[in-house]
Amino acid sequence: MPIFKKYRFLLIFAFGLYASVFSQSKIITVCATCEVKSIKDGVALAQDGDTIFIKKGTYKEHLITINKSVHIIGEDKPVLDGENNTESIFTVKATNFSISGLHFINVGMSYTKEIAGIFVSKSENFELKNNIFDHVFYAFIIQSSSYGVLKNNQIKGESKNETSSGNGVHMWKCDHMRIEQNNISGMRDGIYLEFVNKSHIYNNTSEHNIRYGLHFMFSNHNEYYQNEFKSNGAGVAVMFSKFIEMHHNTFHFNWGSASYGLLLKEIYDANIHDNVFEQNTIGINIDGCSRIDYQKNHFIRNGWALKFTGGCYVNTFEFNNFMHNAFDLSYNSRLNDNKFEANYWSEYNGYDIDKNGIGDVPFRPVKLFSYVVNNTPETLVLLRSLFVDIINFSEKVSPVFTPDNLKDNKPLMNPIDPIKD
Amino acid sequence: MLKILKYSIYDLLRSRWSYVYFIFYLILGFVLLFLNNDINKAIITLLNIIIVLTPLIGTIFGVMYYYNSKEFTELLLAQPIKRSTIFMGQYLGVSISLTLSLVLGIGIPFVLYGLFKSAAIFDFGLLLVVGAFLNFIFVALAYNIALANENKIKGFGYAILVWLLLAVVYDGVFMILAIKFQEYPLDKFALISMMLNPIDLSRTLILLKLDISALLGYTGAVFKEFFGTSLGLFISLFVLFTWVLIPAWLINRKAGRKDF
Amino acid sequence: MIEITQLYKKFGKLTVLDGLDLTIDKGGVFAVLGPNGSGKTTLIKCLLGMVIPNKGEVKYHDKSVLKQWKYRNNLNYLPQIANFPANLSVIELIKMVKNLRPKTANENELIEKFDLQPFLKKKLGNLSGGTKQKVNIVLTFMFNSDLIILDEPTTGLDPIALIYLKDLIKKERDNGKTILITTHIMSVVEELANEIVFLLDGKIYFKGSVTTLKAQTKQENLEHAIAQLISKQYQPNHA
Repeated sequence: MPIFKKYRFLLIFAFGLYASVFSQSKIITVCATCEVKSIKDGVALAQDGDTIFIKKGTYKEHLITINKSVHIIGEDKPVLDGENNTESIFTVKATNFSISGLHFINVGMSYTKEIAGIFVSKSENFELKNNIFDHVFYAFIIQSSSYGVLKNNQIKGESKNETSSGNGVHMWKCDHMRIEQNNISGMRDGIYLEFVNKSHIYNNTSEHNIRYGLHFMFSNHNEYYQNEFKSNGAGVAVMFSKFIEMHHNTFHFNWGSASYGLLLKEIYDANIHDNVFEQNTIGINIDGCSRIDYQKNHFIRNGWALKFTGGCYVNTFEFNNFMHNAFDLSYNSRLNDNKFEANYWSEYNGYDIDKNGIGDVPFRPVKLFSYVVNNTPETLVLLRSLFVDIINFSEKVSPVFTPDNLKDNKPLMNPIDPIKD
Repeated sequence: MLKILKYSIYDLLRSRWSYVYFIFYLILGFVLLFLNNDINKAIITLLNIIIVLTPLIGTIFGVMYYYNSKEFTELLLAQPIKRSTIFMGQYLGVSISLTLSLVLGIGIPFVLYGLFKSAAIFDFGLLLVVGAFLNFIFVALAYNIALANENKIKGFGYAILVWLLLAVVYDGVFMILAIKFQEYPLDKFALISMMLNPIDLSRTLILLKLDISALLGYTGAVFKEFFGTSLGLFISLFVLFTWVLIPAWLINRKAGRKDF
Repeated sequence: MIEITQLYKKFGKLTVLDGLDLTIDKGGVFAVLGPNGSGKTTLIKCLLGMVIPNKGEVKYHDKSVLKQWKYRNNLNYLPQIANFPANLSVIELIKMVKNLRPKTANENELIEKFDLQPFLKKKLGNLSGGTKQKVNIVLTFMFNSDLIILDEPTTGLDPIALIYLKDLIKKERDNGKTILITTHIMSVVEELANEIVFLLDGKIYFKGSVTTLKAQTKQENLEHAIAQLISKQYQPNHA
């Protein structure tokens, strides 16, 4: 290898020469004192493959239309001020482009139009990264596009109510997207995905959004992992979707009378594993979902760890930790077609004579009180009263109201290992 | 009154029961902290225990002390001391010594565990205040029962009955009514029902501090709105005070009319 | 000194005091006698304020005692059954009672007299009935008051202690104290009493000196005189 090392510099130089001479791409610099003073002018001058370099400063522009393969790069986060006009700052319809390093502010609000910092439609192969958004109606709206990357953007809103606010990332009819390492807070929905397939959402933080941290509709074959969803108004909603992988996410502090860590509605064939649900009013609200595997999730100090509402079939729950929830399970029917096995339940007080780590008597996660509360929510004020303990005990001894076969036959004596990521 | 109070407390400090009670809470505090390692969780477990046990122990202890100190009382009655002084002194003596056992028994392990550095100190303080109130309330009820019944067995029986009524039966009746009338809006009914029973009121106060109200949906919002305001807290404390004052007043009245 | 007028007391359906009138002048020993259940103790407890009468008036030094308590500083009471807090020691009890009364006491003399020195540190619960009664006597006589009320003071006492007790009573009588005493021991009555107050059916049936009683019942022996009074209870009254 010494030879290669010796000529490495030469090689790189030769390649650079080739690129600049033969591709003929150029760099257009935009700044207040430059020849090109506005981004719009810069874009107009650019051709496919060019880079527009925006220097530090404030640019009061909107409706910058991009329809060629350009790379827009901001230096020291130049500010793009939309001055609350009801037009998007960038509208893009192109392939092979990127926008990065910009600071978007004051994108106007409208009740009739969707207005964003960056509005992308019918595009392919793009990267939108390292941008900052403040006071924007929507940060990103992406429609009918594919192979896009949204990376390391900081989106911060000050939404007050649902009708007058927009989403952080709003995608519609997209596929093969990657949303990673973004920080979204104070929007309506942190991330809203509708008809988005085969995409990956990971390492994002979505918190203090007034509705959902992540909102997922009619989107199949997606995977989201290692995200943190915290203190969102309603939590995370995943609806009407199939083949979703959800793992290593943290859902916590989604606390409020209509909040949950995760709402699953009409979800089929999903895998949910290694997630942490901590201190949510409802850990997972499961409404009409079937064929889902729940493994190694941690349910810690939620109001309800799991709440079943609609018919749910052939779901399995294995190796999960249920710790110190007010209710581990709330069940709406007396029939059970779901399997609970080998979970750890902090309320389990059975014994393990043969010391194999598995309790010798089954655990019944549904309490009579949770059945009563289901029918008459007001009775919840009796939570932790002696009377409730007594009726729960009597139900435990001889189940009358709760499904007889809903039990964990192999309850673990010790919690499963906390996840390491 | 201070003299009687002093002698009652002195007398109680010599009986092993206050130590049993103190040590029980001490062990409980330590065990909870060692098992949980988390002050917040320990407080929830403690809540369950305080809400159930403090009234029970208060009732039984109150009745027991009355019967055991009958001779002492008769001795005092022949002395130049006002009747109400004697009984209020004894009542306060029992309540205070029980409260001391509770506060010290639970307080010591929690303080050793670094409570002052924890954000839970406020919840913990509320828990102790509520425990103290329950002591005063149930000792007063117990004294009323004992004053009305010369027969010890009957006295103990009624005392346990009163405890059962307030700790269990009341909630049962509430639940049955709630289920029966579930088509109607029940949040006001629930609120008033919980206000009227000192055990339920204490539990609700603490649970709301631990922010369990979110589980309650709309009813929770009503509760939160009520208990969250200073007016709500004031009314709750007022109700608890009333629960102390009325039985205490009845002790005075009964004692004033009783023949010894 | 004591003036009781129209005193009524019922326990449930049982009438114990039925319009009782009684005046006791200062000085002397008054033996309150009567058959079992005639209301002797109830009468005393009315005077002490431990039993609340249904009707009537009780005056001590010309002041009503009903619902009052300060007057008790000027009377000493020896209860019938000496029940004391079991986990106090003798000396603690004495100190406590002293502490509760704003008065000087001469307990040491009495302790010596009744030979209670060895028991001072003992718990009251561990004492014999007689010793308890001695403690009871000490507690009663250690204060200097105008009125001394003794309810069956002789119970459980050995002969020597009994002699001491009689001496004590005589001494107090000679000091001009008023002493009310209930007892079933007639010799004590004969020896000490200036006057006999005989209760029957919740009323004062007889009040006068021992000699008057003997004369009235035409009996030489006090015991028989009393027995005759009591027997009237069992006979239909033709008068």
